[in-house]
Formats: sequence, structure tokens, C-alpha cells
Amino acid sequence: MIEFLLNGKVIRSEASPGEVVLDVVRRDVGLKGTKEGCREGDCGACMVLLGTPGERGVEYYAINSCLLPVGTVAGKHVVSIEGLNGPGLTPVQQAIVDEGATQCGFCTPGFVIALTGFLLGDMPLDPDSGYTAVSGNMCRCTGYLSIRRVVKKLCAAFAGTGNSPAARLEAMISSGVVPAYFETVPRLLAGMSGETPVCGVAGPPGDALPRQELDAGSSPPPEMDDTGGQADPGNAILIAGGTDLIVQRPEEVSEARLVLLERREDLRGIRIEAKDCWIGAATPVEEITRSEMLQELFPGTDPHIELISSVAIRHRATVGGNLVNASPIGDMAILLLALNVDVILCAGEQRRSVPLKEFFTGYKQLNREPDELVEAVRFKRPSGGSLFNFEKVSRRKHLDIASVNSAMMITVEHDVVRDVHMSAGGVAPIPFYLASAAESLRGQTLSAESIRRAADEACSAIAPISDVRGSGEYKRVLLGRLVRAHFIELFPGRFGEELLS
Amino acid sequence: MTNRDAILHVRGESRYVDDRLTPEDTLFGAVVTSDVACGTIRSVDTSPAESREGVVCVLTAGDPPGENQIGNIIRDEPLFADSEVHYIGQPIALVVARDAATARSVARGVKVEIDPGTPLLDPREAHAQGSLIAPPRTFALGDIEAAWDRCKWIVEGRVESGGQEHVYLETQGTVAWPAEDGKVVVQSATQSPSVVQCIVARMLGMPMQRVEVDVLRLGGAFGGKEDQATAWAAMAALAAWKTGKAVKVVLRRREDMRSTGKRHPYSSDFRIGLGKDLDILAYDVTFYQNAGAAADLSTSILERTLFHATNSYNIPNVRATAVSCRTNLPPNTAFRGFGAPQAMFVMECAVRKAAAAAGAEAEWVQRKNLLSVGDEFPYGMRCSSPNARRSWEMLEDQPETAVMREAVSVFNAEHALRKKGLAFMPVCFGVSFTTTFLNQAGALVHVYSDGSVGVSTAAVEMGQGVNTKIRQAAARTFSIGLDRVRVETTNTARVANTSPTAASSAADLNGNATRLACEAILQRLVRSAADLLGSEAPDDISLLDETVQASGQATDLKWEALVQHTYRNRISLSAQAHYATPRIHFDKAVEKGEPFSYHVAGTAVTEVTLDCLRGTYEVDAVRVVHDLGRSINPMIDLGQMEGGLVQGIGWVTLEELLYDDEGRLLTDSMSTYKIPDMNFAPGEIQAEFIQDAQYEGGAFGSKAIGEPPFMYGIGTFFALVEAMRAFRPDLPDQHILPLTPERVLMELVADLSS
Repeated sequence: MIEFLLNGKVIRSEASPGEVVLDVVRRDVGLKGTKEGCREGDCGACMVLLGTPGERGVEYYAINSCLLPVGTVAGKHVVSIEGLNGPGLTPVQQAIVDEGATQCGFCTPGFVIALTGFLLGDMPLDPDSGYTAVSGNMCRCTGYLSIRRVVKKLCAAFAGTGNSPAARLEAMISSGVVPAYFETVPRLLAGMSGETPVCGVAGPPGDALPRQELDAGSSPPPEMDDTGGQADPGNAILIAGGTDLIVQRPEEVSEARLVLLERREDLRGIRIEAKDCWIGAATPVEEITRSEMLQELFPGTDPHIELISSVAIRHRATVGGNLVNASPIGDMAILLLALNVDVILCAGEQRRSVPLKEFFTGYKQLNREPDELVEAVRFKRPSGGSLFNFEKVSRRKHLDIASVNSAMMITVEHDVVRDVHMSAGGVAPIPFYLASAAESLRGQTLSAESIRRAADEACSAIAPISDVRGSGEYKRVLLGRLVRAHFIELFPGRFGEELLS
Repeated sequence: MTNRDAILHVRGESRYVDDRLTPEDTLFGAVVTSDVACGTIRSVDTSPAESREGVVCVLTAGDPPGENQIGNIIRDEPLFADSEVHYIGQPIALVVARDAATARSVARGVKVEIDPGTPLLDPREAHAQGSLIAPPRTFALGDIEAAWDRCKWIVEGRVESGGQEHVYLETQGTVAWPAEDGKVVVQSATQSPSVVQCIVARMLGMPMQRVEVDVLRLGGAFGGKEDQATAWAAMAALAAWKTGKAVKVVLRRREDMRSTGKRHPYSSDFRIGLGKDLDILAYDVTFYQNAGAAADLSTSILERTLFHATNSYNIPNVRATAVSCRTNLPPNTAFRGFGAPQAMFVMECAVRKAAAAAGAEAEWVQRKNLLSVGDEFPYGMRCSSPNARRSWEMLEDQPETAVMREAVSVFNAEHALRKKGLAFMPVCFGVSFTTTFLNQAGALVHVYSDGSVGVSTAAVEMGQGVNTKIRQAAARTFSIGLDRVRVETTNTARVANTSPTAASSAADLNGNATRLACEAILQRLVRSAADLLGSEAPDDISLLDETVQASGQATDLKWEALVQHTYRNRISLSAQAHYATPRIHFDKAVEKGEPFSYHVAGTAVTEVTLDCLRGTYEVDAVRVVHDLGRSINPMIDLGQMEGGLVQGIGWVTLEELLYDDEGRLLTDSMSTYKIPDMNFAPGEIQAEFIQDAQYEGGAFGSKAIGEPPFMYGIGTFFALVEAMRAFRPDLPDQHILPLTPERVLMELVADLSS
């Protein structure tokens, strides 16, 4: 039995822990306001708010309920559209009505949830953040202009509200964005069991893991570039975010015993240890985005992270999941390859470290023993002079999978390239470390010629295939452009169109 | 003003097919479909499936007691494939089980043996092999052969436009259940309740009065539920009839994308000639429409392509030929614009290529040739609106246009790797079903004894706001508050012989039918008021703001009292009315007539920014001047303008359907088929509406708004081409849409020497 709070009511669900919240809410509880649009996190019609109790109170964010195993919401607060309704309209609902920002209405509950999550969350209440908050919500009717007007209106109305979750929650209760019962939620959750008896929680560290084996080659090509977990024949699945696994193998997950890596606090977080930076495998991508520590190390990387999936997916998708999923186009894998990280694997007390560039051995194949768990990634704190850039081109700029993505970290002293790491996705069966291109630059004077040579080297080292993300030929041309783009972005004013000659 | 639907939507209280209450023991049907695009069925083994726990029955081609046939215009589409399959995703069987999970899992295991043939995917190849849906049609005006001699510049070209998936957020679905005496009730997500009724009745071998189709609302449709909703409705109805239970069939996204038809891809050839003054003297065009495996609405769509072959231009000598080609794709179908966008895209490619040959600015040639009042369309109708030319001039005269042009040229001078482009796009769209008999609608209005009003019409609410416009029509006719009026579901037992909610005409047709029904009741109410007030002259009596007026003066008699009095005097407070668009006609034998009630015209200018390094782009702004008539509801109309435009931009840029050589759709999910999102929508859309139109064809002087804005999106294609040309002046002609980031980059780097 899984116990959680749905809106104002305690639910004791008999569903299997791997069944998704969308089905439990619609089919079992009978609340029909949450809509099924795609079942792969690409439309947002099924969004709910997930409230997790923590040190700062109950923190809410909007999430795709089609990718949310019900086992993971035990002891938490799930809010569907019905849980926001009062006698009148909330300010979010009213703004949508006033701006004519709903037509067929099917996507609308998802937008209401995402915008309510925006107001409750800790992003600044400015229009750009508001647009980001609904970046995972598709609308086929309105063309979004009216929804932008809603965002602007809400930002104006709530300007000046603090950014702490507690301040936000208080302000949103008093202004009717969320109903008054939200005040009682911490108390209700405190009296609730967070246990999911049929789910395991791997660990604590040192405990034996359930036997798991890589199921390489049997899965269809990856569709989403994040997530994690792999099935084992013994019907136990280690699951991190699950945002790709549930898309690929929903039935399997819904019937399996789950091992929830998100409950492993020791696998989560970002730490600076002496000269190293450590990121726990179960750390959600969004936490990395928000990390002040990483922002200091890599100033100006926010816009790049925006290109990874949607904010709702980033709340679930994890670093380790993205690596273990081994998608050749995984954005995190590409970012981390250029940081030249090591992967820390543990099996019981045994730990070993593998350079990420040696971790991927073939399509969906890893340098990882069946009993090993990815614990973290670790990398040297970049020196003051290192510069970092991430490039991604996809058909649609946001919430899409790259045709080609690429990252580069470079250290230049007195115009000479001291060190450089470069990676590319979508161009090989694995997330690809561009060793020869990097090698061609090391020790060279930075010039249009050396950059062009590195780009040519990158293009000749890859073997892209034609698929829905683009033809092989396109991907080759594109990578050449993205390698050049790294230098144009990192050395503004210095390099330009002469790199194309 | 309260928009009831909007309030329900934001509260998540709107009910779609999958949300409506159903009996507790409702069964679920999952569809078994073909995995090959073309072949002969050797066997369908349903017995292992039927013996599975939870399975009630498995239905196949032999099960319909009537015809196993869902073709509407042409009867060429079986409900379940019998001897042959013609596309991947074609239904072969329906597994009916106690719950959805069982039905789906069993359906996946049903063994179908098919001897595969070689699929035909290309429309020109189909044409060459004589694989056609119907004989080709040609519209002709003037003497094209004689005209070429008078042309100074003649150019030719080939144009390709891709299909488009509807991505209505609500997938296809139906719930059906048996009622007594052999009747079946069908709650379908369809734009065409009467088509579903007719086909279900035919399939079950029973009269239409035994099939009641009820439609509450659709979660988006855009044409994709005009004919394509029928199959699922027929399956659910058959299963309900067979099992005696309620049966639900609701597709998942991927099932929907694989099995349903889309906007037709077209391949076209044009030849265009300009006179020495840059007048377009001659235009010859042939359209090869990729219809897919069955007719669906393809012949009607093809017809609308022909009607819009010359878009907003006056061309005295025209020959337009169109061929509907049968291929092994799912049957392609209606989608906002209904064949017109494909025609307009070819026309624009031709005009631009001709202008380039003459060394003239495209805008100069476009503007020079715009329609004026009295100009003749290739189908014999005369242009009655000045707005094609007027909208262009209004847009040109807006100060922002000069600012835009200046900004583009300054930006391009200052940036080497980023370029802006700007393009004008005129649109002239005919309103009415081109199939004349469909231009009719019915309304049934009840005034209840408490003064509240219920309205039923033939219109289906699918987000376009038609129910709100109908409420407004009723409230305005009675002069009562909007909250007194409720629009009921669209139900074939209340309003019969409904035309599809399509062709942008639902508000026109049903708004007028509602007005007529309300006027009939109003007449009775006025006589009743005269009687009550002891007035001898009912002509002096009127209603204003729920109060009876006598000779223009308010009396003490209010709406509710008047209704009560009328009811107690045994006078009917209900009326049914029928509206048929006047005047329109068309003779297919000569391809001439007056098929449209009126035309809607306008012009858009689009500005884009292209990243020439990466091949990616953004739409900065679109500004439109558009003929709206006298809008009943400006907020709804603005929403249609913005939404239609962004959908059109999607068609020409991101939205790409990719198939493999076997005819399998590769972009069959929302993770691979990308529609515009918040970030991709234009930075700005500014719309100026021409609202002084004199024509009274629409409801209360309004004009249709559903489809025309879609085609302004084509301007984005040409703005992108301009930006590409700014980077690469020797850029070859761009005549293929969608212009994806991949195509842009490959064109920018293409080696022209080979």
C-alpha cells in the first residue's frame, strides 16, 4: 500500500509502485482534470504539483504525472487541478480566462498547474522565468501569445513576493493562488508513512544491492536524454528519475519491484572537496542548474541548461541516470565529458573510479559490472582560466533531443591552448569524447587555422547515422559548425565568419 | 462577459470523451493494426486472444452485421481490413476486454500473417501507375496557350510541401453503449456527428434513427476529427452492439499518430509568365496530392486547392490541374486550410521566382497583381472585396513596417553570422463548403418556463469558441443576459443532418440558424407581450435588456414574467430553424460558379532572425492586417488569428513527417514530431482588423476566422529564404517545405558547382 496526500485527502493506493500517478489519479481515484496527452513527458497535459516535505517546509514543483511512479510519492503531497479549485477562480485561473488563453481546454489544467508551481517555487517572478516554467507545456490552439500575456500579468501581480518557499507559500495562500488547506499539509504529511513496502530503497551504502544486469541492446533506441535505471531479470528495477525508462518500457516498470535511488540521500548533492567537485548520481539536473557553487565555477552556463528538456523533467532526471541510460545524445553526458569527469562506481564496500570517456564502451554498453552502482561523478575544480561552452542544435530549440550537441572546456594562456576537452553527441554510438580534435589543439596557438583544423579533425573522427534527428551528413556538417561555435562564443569579437572559410 | 467553457477549462472540469461518466462495467477496445504498408492478409488468428483472461471478444472484418465500410464520400475504406492491407496502422481487429491494460496487451499479441507487397509512397509514382482516387480536374480561365507569347519572362519550377500531423491534444476516442430496442448511443470526439451516425447505422445495418451520436466537446481537432473520428466510433458501436455493454475506444498518442491521416503532402509543377509591366499574364500549375490509401476527404480538399490556386492575385490566363494520388500511407485528411495552404505555397514560389527572373523585388510583383473588385477567379466568381489590395496597403503604410525594413537592413549590415529576413504574405480565402449542399445548419432553441434558454445546433465545440458565439447570438436576439443561455451538446437526436463543423463556417451557419430560431420565438413573445400590455400594435413592442419596451419606452414587464405569461397561455417557447447559405452554386461539369458566400482577405509581414552558423532561427514578429467583418467576439477571433498563424508557421518550419522506405512513420510521437512551443512562437504578433466590411454573409456581419490565419504562416518560409539569401546571395530557389534547421544549414553549405 502506498500512502500519499492527494489534494486534501489521504490516499492509500493498492497500485503497483511502478504505475504512474496519472493512471492512479484518473483511473483509481476518478479525478479527470489531469489529462493524458502523450505519456512521454512531451506535452504537459498531465502535470500535477508534487510537494515534498523538507527542511524548508513542503516544497512544490510541477511534474509530469505520466512519468511519475506512484511509489515515489509515498509520504508526499500530490496536487491535481481539482486540488486548486475553490468557490471562485484562483488568480492563475482568472488570468487565463481574462486573456483568452484557453481554447479547447485540454492542455489548460497542465498550464494552471505549471504556472501555480512557478508562483510557489523559487524562481524569480519575471516573465522569462515564467516562460521557462511552462516550457514543458504544449498548446496546439492558442499559439502561446495569450499565455505569455498571462505570465506577464501574473508576474506584475506578484512582483515583490520573496523567493523563499515559505514566503511564497504564505503569499500564495493569502492571495488564493492555492487553497487554505495547504497550510495544514505539513501536519498531514507528518502523520503519514513514507514507506512503500513493496519498494526497496537501495542502500544505505555498503548494503548489498539487488542483483541487476545490464540489458544492453534489448531496448529500443533512446527517445529522451535523461533518466536512469535498468531492468534485471529478477524483476527489480533500479530507478532514478525514470524519465526515459518509463517512456521506453512502461509495462515493465509498472509491474516491477522498484528500487528508488531518489531516496538515497548519500547519492544526492553537489560538494566541493579540496580540489575536486563531486556530484551525486541521484542529483536531479534542475538542482545542478540552481547550484550556486557550479554557477560560480562555470559562469554563464544557465542558458545552456535551459536547452536540456523542460524544467519539469529536469526536476526528475538525474545525472547518474543520464549516464547509465547511455544515450549517445544525452545532454548531461556530453557536458560531463568535456569536464573530463570520473565516474565513481561502488559495489558494496568496493569503489572504483573510471574516466567518463572510458565509461561508454558501445551502444548502450558500459564499463560497469552488474553489481556496481553509479555513485557520483567527480572532477577537478577548473582553474581560474578555464572556459566552458555547451552547444546544442535540435529541430525545436527547447524540449527536444539534439541533432548534435557538443561541449568544450578550454584553458588558454598567452594565446596558447594549455588544456582542452571536447565532446559531441549524436555522432557516434556513444556520447563521444573528441580526443583527436582536442589533441590537435593542445599546445597550439589559438588561431582561425588551428580552430578549423580541430573542427575538421572532429568531423573526421565521427560516424553519424541518419535518423529522425537528421541525416548523417547533416550531423557531420553541424558538428563542424558547433566546434567553431565554441570559439566564437568563448572568444567574443575575436573569431567570426573567417572560421567558415 | 463570462465564457463558460473557459471557466470549466481552467478548473479542469470540462469533460472530454475519456472523462465522461460511463457505466461501471464499461469495456475497453484496443485496435490491432497492420505492420506492413501493403499486402495480402493470409490469416488473422484471434482465438488465443479470445481465450485470454479478461478478454470479452475480438472483432474483425466479418463482424459488422451491415457494411464493413466507413468511406464517406467514396466507399473505399473498410472498417477492418479484410483481404488486403493498404497502410501501416490500418485497423485489422479490435480486442475488447474488461480493462484498457488487458486489451492493449492482448492486442499486441494478436498474430496477423500478411504477404507483403511493395508499397507506393510517392504521389507522382502513383500517378504514373494510374493509382488515383478520382479522375484529375482542371480549372481554366482565359487562353493560357496564347498568353505565353505575350510574356516577357517565363519561369518554371517544382514545389514540394510536406504533410502535417494535427496533434490535437486530445487523441481520438469514443464511448458507445446499447440502449433498448436495438438503439446505440455513441459519444464520439468527432467534428461530423451525422457522418458518424450515418456510417455506424450502415455498418450495423440499421436506420439512422437507431443511432444517437452525442458530442460534448473536442480537445482540439483542426480537421483531424472530421472524417478520421469515424473508425473508432464505428468500432466502439460495433463492440457495444455485440457485447451489450458500454465500450470505450481511446487511442494513445502513438497509436493515433500511426493510424490517422494528416495534411496532404503535395508535389507540384508550375509555369508562370510575366508581361513587360510585371503583370502576371499566365499561370499553369499541376498539383499531385498524396491522398494515402483511401479517399477520405481528399477529393474535396483537392477542389479547395484548385479554388485557391491563384491566392490573392488577379491572373487572366490560368490552367490549374489537380490529381489525387492513391498511395500506401494512412488516408490523408482535412487540416485547417483544407488544401488551400498547399496551393498558396506554390503560387508564392512561382511569383517570387518570376520576380527574380525579371530582376524585380518580389513585393513589387506581389503588390502589382493583387485582386481588385470585379476581377475574375479561375472558377468564374468575381472578386467582391477590395481587401486583398487594401490590407496590403494598410500594412505597408503602418509606420512599423518601415521600422522593420530599416531594422533588417541595419542588422544585416552589422552581423556576418546572423541575418534577418522579411516577407509579405497575402491571403485570400473563400468561405463556404465547396460542396454546396453542406452549407446548411439547424438549431433547436428552447426557452424554459423560468426564462433560461437551451440551444442545440449542428456545431461542435472544439476550442474555436463556436458555443460562445452561439450563446451570444441567442442572447443578442432575445436581448437577455448571456448567463441565461446554455449551449447543449451536439446531438443527432436533437439536430439532424448536421454538416461537419469545418470550413470555418460553423459560426456563420449555426449562428444564423440560432438567430432564426430565436427570432421565431421572439415573435411569439412580442405578440404575447402586446396581449398582456393590452397593446393593439405588436410592432411597437420590443425587448431590450430583458425588459419589454412599448413604443421605445421601458415597461414593467420583464423577461421572466413575459416567458411565464406566454407559457401559461399555451404558446410554444421552442423553435427549430434551418439556415442555408443563399446564392451559392457551383457546376462541376464546367468548373464554374459562385461557390463562396464571401472571401476573407488580408496580408501579413514576417520578420525572422537566422543563425547562419548553426542553421537555427527565430520568428521575431508577424504583423497582420486582416478582414474580420464585424466581430461578434474579438477575443475569440484574436485567439484564432494567433493560434492559426503559429500552426501555419509550424507547418513550414519544424513539423516534419518522416517515413522509412516501408511506409512506416518514424516521427510518431511528440518527442520526434515537434510542434511550436512557447519559445518558438513569434516574439510578437500584431493584428489589425478591418471591421467595416459591408457584407452580411456571416452571423451578425462577422466573417469566418478559423482557417485564413493559418496561411499567413507561409510568410515565415519566405522570410527565412530572404535571411538565407542575405548570407548567401547565390542561394538557389527554395521550394521545399518544411524548412527545418537541417534543410537551412544544408542549403547554406551546399556546393553549387556540382
